[in-house]
Amino acid sequence: MTAAVQVSHVSRRFRGVVAVDDASFTLEAGRIHGLLGRNGAGKTTVMRLVTGLDRPSSGAVEVFGSDPFENEEVLSRTCFVKESQSYPDLTVDRILASARLLQPGWDDGFAQALVADFDLPRGRRVRKLSRGMRSALGIVIGLASRAPLTLFDEPYLGLDAPSRALFYDRLITDFADHPRTVVLSTHLIDEVANLLERVVVVDHGRVVIDAEAEDVRGTAYTVVGPAGTVAQFVGRREVMARQDAGTYASATVRGRIDEPQRRLADELRLDLSPVSLQQLVAHATSGGPDGPQRPTEGADR
Amino acid sequence: MIDDGSPIFRQIAERIAAQILDGTLAEEAQVPSTNDFAAIHRINPATAAKGVNELVDAGVLYKKRGIGMFVATGARDRLLAERRARFAAEYVEPLVREAARLGIRPDELLRLVAEQEVTA
Repeated sequence: MTAAVQVSHVSRRFRGVVAVDDASFTLEAGRIHGLLGRNGAGKTTVMRLVTGLDRPSSGAVEVFGSDPFENEEVLSRTCFVKESQSYPDLTVDRILASARLLQPGWDDGFAQALVADFDLPRGRRVRKLSRGMRSALGIVIGLASRAPLTLFDEPYLGLDAPSRALFYDRLITDFADHPRTVVLSTHLIDEVANLLERVVVVDHGRVVIDAEAEDVRGTAYTVVGPAGTVAQFVGRREVMARQDAGTYASATVRGRIDEPQRRLADELRLDLSPVSLQQLVAHATSGGPDGPQRPTEGADR
Repeated sequence: MIDDGSPIFRQIAERIAAQILDGTLAEEAQVPSTNDFAAIHRINPATAAKGVNELVDAGVLYKKRGIGMFVATGARDRLLAERRARFAAEYVEPLVREAARLGIRPDELLRLVAEQEVTA
């Protein structure tokens, strides 16, 4: 497969603050990637570097084989939908008309269909749009651009669950017909987990996971039951987290659930459940819920 | 998709297999495209394709170039044989184990099974 984005040993420092720290990863063309991590982990800085809005302090970024910084050819093939994107105070129709001029792959029929799907008031000025409508406008532009590299940075502020579902549905069907390189940066990992093929997790500016989504999913499970039995089941397996509630305990164990384990758990009357991608990401990023640096459960807040 | 810890592509394959077994998908019938599966289950199209391809490799589905994907003749029998081979381990063993736990004697268990009406 060909690389759409190649980030090699990239660091970005702002007055001594390291936002991105020696990050390296590759995004292959024609896939949907998740760029995940906590607030302030460096996701947005990474996307700004990839879209040529910023330059690394050291290291190299290549998009379609070239440096994206001030590179017209590369940028015309890129669409970056930013979190809380600001627009000139024009009508929805005018904004879409200018997006069409900037995006060579623009499909106006698709844009109009999306405007109708999201119920966007075409004649209304951006300033009069609700927060959710402005997010929907960004999504319409991101999808209708059909840019070979499309990045969505938390595009859903103010969008309700049905509208987010609409976004995922339109993304899947359009991506199926027009494969391109998509990057989704989001906190709502459980919602997009099944859309992602590749996952890059950033923590404190460092890449802590860079793997196939399928290889990350199902790499841990939780076992719940009487404390003694849980301990017996866990044995020498690697425990990522554990919680005790009196005589009951739950342990998050690294590894996959296989048939012998399922049978053993059944015999011992323990409940086994897979750990979601969201929980795994939280675990990989320090200080997160269930993260390694979290103080012991049960402490008063 | 139900998150039971198994890979999503395998769940897709299992789902299609189940539909062939219960007759929803007849032999030589066309199955939805991978893109349709992706849209229906809200999963990545590549994942859906992987699930479908697993059944192609197993000879359960076959591709007609430019037309689509179809259920192979004999697919149902093949799947039935495979499920029967797994039946004891997947259903009988847990049943017997649970019965033993509850103090249900083997003859009692046999009677219960015999009395069970099959409605499906």
